Amino acid sequence: MKSSRQLEMLVGVFMAIGMVALFFLAMQVSNLGTLHTGDSYEVKARFDNIGSLKVKAPVTMAGVEVGRISKIGFDKERFQALVTLSIYAEYDAIPQDTYAKILTAGLLGEQYIGLDPGGSDEVLKDGSEIEVTQSALVLEEVIGQFIFSKAQEGEK
Amino acid sequence: MTGLLARLGRSGIIFLRHLGRATVLLLHILASMGEVLRRPRLLLEQLFSVGVLTVLIIAVSGLFVGMVLSLQGYYILSQFAAEATLGVMVAASLVRELGPVVTALLFAGRAGSALTAEIGLMKATEQLSGLEMMAVDPVRRVLTPRFVAGFISMPLLAALFSALGVLGGWFVGVGLLGVDDGAWWGQMQARIDWNEDLFNGVIKSLVFGFACVWIAIFQGYNCLPTSAGVSRATTRTVVHSSLAVLALDFALTALMFN
Amino acid sequence: MSLTAGTQGGEASAARSVERAPLPDESAREPLVRIRNLYFSRGERQIFSGLDIDIPRGGITAIMGPSGTGKTTLLKLIGGQLRPDQGSVEVDGLNVHELNRQELYQLRMRMGMLFQSGALLTDLSVFENVAFPLREHTALPEPLLRKLVLLKLEAVGLRGARDLMPSQLSGGMARRVALARAIALDPMMIMYDEPFTGQDPISLGVLVKLIRQLNDAAGLTSILVSHDVEETNAIADLVYVISAGKVVESGDPARLTQSGSEWTRQFMQGLPDGPVPFHYPAPPLEKDILGAES
Ligand SMILES: Nc1ncnc2c1ncn2[C@@H]1O[C@H](COP(=O)(O)OP(=O)(O)OP(=O)(O)O)[C@@H](O)[C@H]1O
Ligand SMILES: [Mg+2]
Repeated sequence: MKSSRQLEMLVGVFMAIGMVALFFLAMQVSNLGTLHTGDSYEVKARFDNIGSLKVKAPVTMAGVEVGRISKIGFDKERFQALVTLSIYAEYDAIPQDTYAKILTAGLLGEQYIGLDPGGSDEVLKDGSEIEVTQSALVLEEVIGQFIFSKAQEGEK
Repeated sequence: MTGLLARLGRSGIIFLRHLGRATVLLLHILASMGEVLRRPRLLLEQLFSVGVLTVLIIAVSGLFVGMVLSLQGYYILSQFAAEATLGVMVAASLVRELGPVVTALLFAGRAGSALTAEIGLMKATEQLSGLEMMAVDPVRRVLTPRFVAGFISMPLLAALFSALGVLGGWFVGVGLLGVDDGAWWGQMQARIDWNEDLFNGVIKSLVFGFACVWIAIFQGYNCLPTSAGVSRATTRTVVHSSLAVLALDFALTALMFN
Repeated sequence: MSLTAGTQGGEASAARSVERAPLPDESAREPLVRIRNLYFSRGERQIFSGLDIDIPRGGITAIMGPSGTGKTTLLKLIGGQLRPDQGSVEVDGLNVHELNRQELYQLRMRMGMLFQSGALLTDLSVFENVAFPLREHTALPEPLLRKLVLLKLEAVGLRGARDLMPSQLSGGMARRVALARAIALDPMMIMYDEPFTGQDPISLGVLVKLIRQLNDAAGLTSILVSHDVEETNAIADLVYVISAGKVVESGDPARLTQSGSEWTRQFMQGLPDGPVPFHYPAPPLEKDILGAES
């Protein structure tokens, strides 16, 4: 039988180790540590095809995360995807004519939105829309186009 | 044919009877939770024998499982030139599946069997009867603290397993195989969601902990009060807990990550 | 089968109750434990079939009978750990098996029981074992509790063994510690299950005296289950002899040894031949052995 103090200490250490492990998993392994908790403003963008883009996918600029996708909808009149980007408030000087394209992490990785800054003096504000977009690269379409162009070359 | 049916029916009835008894016992345990708050010392002792004594095997296993995962994952991922996602693979498998499941299996073998044997022996040597005759409820005094201790310990042990697994994987992947350190952590943080992956993993380990201690305590309390009875009950604890954990894991995974 | 046994039992006990001379003092008062028409079975085996027992207050009542007749079972029935198939067990006017859990525990706090095996808590020291019921049921300050525990241990001659663990005790010592624990709460009644087995002649003598003293000094009621005819006769005020699920004979020990039936005489004097079966019920030996060969 352990003495009372020893017992308390060992159990205390055990609980502490467990908590530290949980904290480590949350802050260092999962996205809880990198999660943006501050303010953000919302910007819209229309795409012809968003591929497999998901809500919560990152929005990056020069590889740095500047926001997340907060909503994906469908524009019934223009038959386009209507994506709402939530940009962190500290990035408040993104030019109005910024170019948004859907990129893929790695060859088969998940898709995200990359922003290429334009040159305008006007900046994006809450509710504004990004006019210039480039759709996702859909593998089947790329392959299809490739075969089509080869076939056309052959006809010539 | 009828003999087979009869046997099937009989074991079905026995199973239901045990399930009923186990449920009654569980309700009794839950109803006497107040005791644990009133006398933290009882819980402390059990946290020691259920939790502290299980730390070592969990820590060592976690470390090695992480290292092996990293090694195996590297050879597969490097064929697709996707070594950068090694961290994600290791962390996701640990946090979602291996952490809770392997911890629960080890827990059943290390702590669950000990719980059953201890309670069974207390029954066989009339200590539980003795408590009853001293007007002390053995469920309240003996079983409830053990139950709570197991329930608290499991998620902590599973977290320890996963955390050390990630570190072990990091040591092999980044330290030995040369995966980029930034890619390892960065990809991991980008892709492991605290809510969907981590939190669900914790829920799993809570459910497994509940099932494992429940089975262990019931088997001990319900065993035949003889040496053979205790040893059979101990074996049953390990077998039933393992099966329960695997079945629950399938069900929970289907619910959570579909 | 049990029906016929029951009827026979009823007749037999009725016949005996006429000839039983009631103890002078006790007759006026209600008995502390009153068992009526008790039936109990373990699986196929009928253990009690129509048992009637009265345990008078303030005395030592011995229950004797061949091994396996159910003496331990009877104590467990009185303590409410087992439930009878039929009949009633009343302790201090309360029907044990109609009490709810809380009332039963209230009652048990006034009962002490010395288990045949001792049933000490193996993870607590001797001192803590004896202190256990006090810690559970009272809020005594530590110094007072310590004094009480040491006094109880002194009574059984094991004050010096207080720091030993139960695994370090001999069987006889363990039983004495269990006795100290049983009297820790100063109960109104103590049930001793074979307190004398495994005791050397000295501690046996002390134990016999202790049981008598406890009984007289504290006004306890004692129920004593034992095979030791001599020791039991020396301290018991009333003896019940049970066999085959019924009371065979009862009365004060002196009278029982002298004048009792052939059955009782055989049992009390330890004669190998007589109506008491030494064997657990079984088919004839020849049949078993020859049957196994063929
Ligand atoms: N848990 C049990 N399950 C089934 N049968 C039991 C159980 N406990 C006791 N028995 C049976 O009940 C009968 C009475 O047992 P009990 O222990 O009361 O005998 P006893 O009179 O105390 O004997 P002894 O003097 O040897 O201690 C025995 O024949 C035994 O076979
Ligand atoms: Mg007995």
